[in-house]
Parts: sequence; structure tokens; C-alpha cells
Amino acid sequence: MIQKQDMIIVSHKQIADHIFELTLRGSLTNEMTSPGQFVHVKIMNGSEPLLRRPISICSIDRENEQFTMLYRVSGSGSGTSTLSQLMKGFTVNVLGPLGNGFPVDELEEGQTALLVGGGIGVPPLYELSKRLTSRGVKVIHILGFQEQKVVFYKEEFTALGETYIATVDGSFGTKGFVTDVIDKLDVTIDGYYTCGPAPMLRAVEQKLSGVDGYISMEQRMGCGVGACLACVCHVQGDDTGTAYKKVCSDGPVFKSKVVVV
Amino acid sequence: MNRLAIELPGLSLKNPIMPASGCFGFGKEYSQFYDLSELGAIMIKATTKEARFGNPTPRVAETSSGMLNAIGLQNPGLDHVMANELPWLTQFDVPIIANVAGSTLEDYIDVARVISTAENVKALELNISCPNVKDGGIAFGTDPKTARELTARVKEVSEVPVYVKLSPNVTSITEMALAVEEGGADGLTMINTLVGMRLDRKTGNPIIANKTGGLSGPAIKPVAIRMVYEVSQRTALPIIAMGGVQDSYDVVDYLSAGASAVAVGTQNFVDPFACPAIIEDLSKIVKEWELEHILDLKGRSWGKHGKTANHRA
Repeated sequence: MIQKQDMIIVSHKQIADHIFELTLRGSLTNEMTSPGQFVHVKIMNGSEPLLRRPISICSIDRENEQFTMLYRVSGSGSGTSTLSQLMKGFTVNVLGPLGNGFPVDELEEGQTALLVGGGIGVPPLYELSKRLTSRGVKVIHILGFQEQKVVFYKEEFTALGETYIATVDGSFGTKGFVTDVIDKLDVTIDGYYTCGPAPMLRAVEQKLSGVDGYISMEQRMGCGVGACLACVCHVQGDDTGTAYKKVCSDGPVFKSKVVVV
Repeated sequence: MNRLAIELPGLSLKNPIMPASGCFGFGKEYSQFYDLSELGAIMIKATTKEARFGNPTPRVAETSSGMLNAIGLQNPGLDHVMANELPWLTQFDVPIIANVAGSTLEDYIDVARVISTAENVKALELNISCPNVKDGGIAFGTDPKTARELTARVKEVSEVPVYVKLSPNVTSITEMALAVEEGGADGLTMINTLVGMRLDRKTGNPIIANKTGGLSGPAIKPVAIRMVYEVSQRTALPIIAMGGVQDSYDVVDYLSAGASAVAVGTQNFVDPFACPAIIEDLSKIVKEWELEHILDLKGRSWGKHGKTANHRA
């Protein structure tokens, strides 16, 4: 169930250029069911910044009632820049968990899953990978970044399975895009899961069109609960042009070939 | 006596608080947070004759103490609203104010004629002020003659009282208010959003795909208060006010300026529990301030020459 709760910052640190890792504690964590869900964070009380920020859940630690999220500071004076200055012991107001995450029970033990993430779309794949590997699914990670200084969680993903990094400028890993790495893979994929910028999602969906997959969409949001219709997307194969899905409450994760990326 | 209850044309409100149109869908999403029967009323999402997808995304952008939106009247269309959304809302003991929009005079008339027959629709809110669509909407809300004509024509077909939602994007909102009053409006709702724009700092391009959007949130409250203050003293029509309401003291401000009820918009996005929280706080205020009724506050900003029309229940 969706709850609203002041959650305590138990750890907060910068892990790459403009990328922060924030761990929060509170009973709301117990409501988190599937990887790929997100929370809506009110950074400060009052009207500045006014709206909540949708941030994906990166890992869930039920035992300690805490979860971790990674976010990118979008610029000076932005809400995320204010968030990045909050220290351990402070609280932030969290609404969540929101949306529908990645299904983890579609693949059996021994099958192979390809997890493809781009930039700040990488974090939700971490909890997903933990869940898949705990079921005995073999995971292969392909993570795309702009350049070396924004690469994060390489060790964490590597600990769970094969991990390839691509950077646009070639400063780390393969030079190019995640699809360049997919081209070189010589392995049978039983299912894929992807999260990142729309052009990457489109390319991945096209490249892996013969495989069942799940796509996590990103869009500017208002309410985060499906009421304001800010984050809608078109539906594939809809001739009327009026059919739509809401990224926040119908998604953010959709089966491939359902929504227009 | 319920010190928060209010009687307005067509509407018996348990309290003066209702979610504003466009900020609450058709209620389903917020029904997971609280019992919608707690609300004074619900202003449902604008309904047009045909289903509309609305504008391309991005549709929202945050601004200082506010937000811009350009949803573009996305809605499932009149038939769907009549067959699904309104029947679903009958499970709650709450009057519905149906926001009616269109591209032509005939659109408004067609939607008003049908939607006003729904058993739980107790009033219409004529949306002549949406700034985010090319045809209709704001075109009807910036010319007094057109607005008066539209109001009169809708009044002819509506089974329930008609409130007109006014745009702040005019030289004189009072002139618009007087025009729709002449056209036979039963009440006013004000204000719709202010047209604005936000640019991407790197590219210089507008962030919202529609380029312009409607500004809402606390940033517009001073503008709305001034408009309610002026209009309420020039017309006999009751006003349901909206613009940047975050808490019960904002509601007190609007009542003081001359409103009879208050709608909550953007704050629902900030806090899905905003409406019930404000209603609870208003109950405390009437007790602490020893008011016989919440509308004792109405028009207290006007000074000794101000006139007041009472709508307490």
C-alpha cells in the first residue's frame, strides 16, 4: 500500500560525478514489493521546491527497514541539489512505493536474463538483479554511461554477474552504446529488462525484438499516483490515438511492445 | 450545527473544501488515500464530447513555488464519463461539479445537456479558461460578449446550476465576471492558471512540449486573492476560489477576500492527503477562533463599506 512517511537519512554520499547514494530508514520500506518501483520525495517542507521528485528504488533492506536510492543532481539550485546537501539524521518525506516494478518470476532457475541500463536508469536494475540471482537466474548486465566520471555500481553489479560497461566517449569499457555491447554478445537470452533514456530503450527494444522483455519508462511527473496525466505515453498499435498508459501508475515498467517509447 | 457546511446554488457542501478540476482525475486515484465522502465536493477532470489524448510530453515543469502544466484537456470523452466515471463516483456521498470543455459553442452545449443529467452532478463548471488548447477554451474566456453568450446558451440546456471558471489572463476579470453574471451564471470559480513558460537553461528551448503552460501553485495565490477580492465585491454571484491553497490558513485568506468555498489544486500532488488535512484544520480554526460558522470570515477583508452575501448552511 502507498504510504506517506518522514524517513530518516541513515547514509548519504556522492558515488560519482553528480550521482548520490541515499539510504533512508522507516517502516514504509516494508511496503516495497517489486524491483523497479519508485518513491516520490518531498525534499523540504514548504513550497521550495514545491513538487516531489520521483526517484527509483535501487535496493531494499527489509531486515533493517531501509532502502537505498541513487539520484543525479540536475543543476545548481535544483531540488536534487538541495537534497544532496541533507545530512545523516535529517528526514525527508517519502510517498511510496509507487508504480509497478519488474516481474521477477517470469524466468526459471538456469535461464539467462539481460539487464540493460543507461545513466540514472541503472539503479532499479540492481535490486532486480539481486532478486533474479537469488532465484538462480543467470544475469548479464550491460550498463551505459556518458563517460568514466559518471560510472557507478560497477563492483556491485559485477558481484552478481557478468557486467559490461559502455561509455559514449570510450573513457571506460566499450566505446559506444549499450547496443554495441549487445551486438558482441554470443549467448542465448531468455528475457531482458531495461531502464534508461528513451532513445536507448527504443534501440534495445528493436534489437531484442525476438525476446520477451520489460521496459521501464521515465517521464516528468506531477502527482505520481495517476491523477494529473502529466506522464502519459501512447500505446503501440492504437489507431485512435487516444489510448494511453500512465508511466507513474500503469508503469513505470511495461512489457515490451506495449507502449510507444 | 455543522459550522463548516455551506449552501451554494445546486450544492450542499459538508465543508468548503473540494479538489480542483484537473488535479484529481475522476477521484479513483485519491480514493486509495481517504474516503472521498469527506470532501465538500469534487470538481472532476474537464470532459469534452470526444475523447482527447491531449498535448505531447513533457507536460509539466516546476517553477519557483509553482508548476506549469499543459495537459491539453486529456479525457476519455463524454460517453465514457457518463457510463463509467460518474457511476463509480455515486458510491460516495459527495456532490460532483462537472467541468465542461469544448472547441465550439455546440460542443459545450452538447456536453452540458448530457452531463447535467447524471444523478450525482449537482453543478457544472464551464471551462472557458483552459490556456493549453488551440481551439476553444480560452477563446471563450477572454471576450465578455462570447462568454456571456456561451453562458446563456449552456444555461438553457443544463439541468443543474452553472458556474463559470474564469481566466486570469485578461485585462479585467471583473468585466468577465459581470458578463457571465449577465449571461445567467449561478456562480463563479476562479482562477484558472496563468499562462507562463520555462526555458531549458542549456538549450534555451521551452521545457514544455506545448511551449507555454498554465502556472499554478503558491506562486499565483497573491494574484488570485486580489482577483477574488475585487470580483466578489462587484457581483452577487458566489465564488469558489482556487490558486495555491496549501493549508487551512490559505482557505481563511480566500474566504476573507470574499470567496464562499475553496478548491485545492496543485497541493494534491504535493500531498495526496491535503484536502482531508485542510478540512480537519478548518474545524479546529472555527473552534479556536470561536466562530459560529466558517463563513463569518467571508469578506472580512473588504472593510466597512463592503457588502456580503451569506451562503452558510
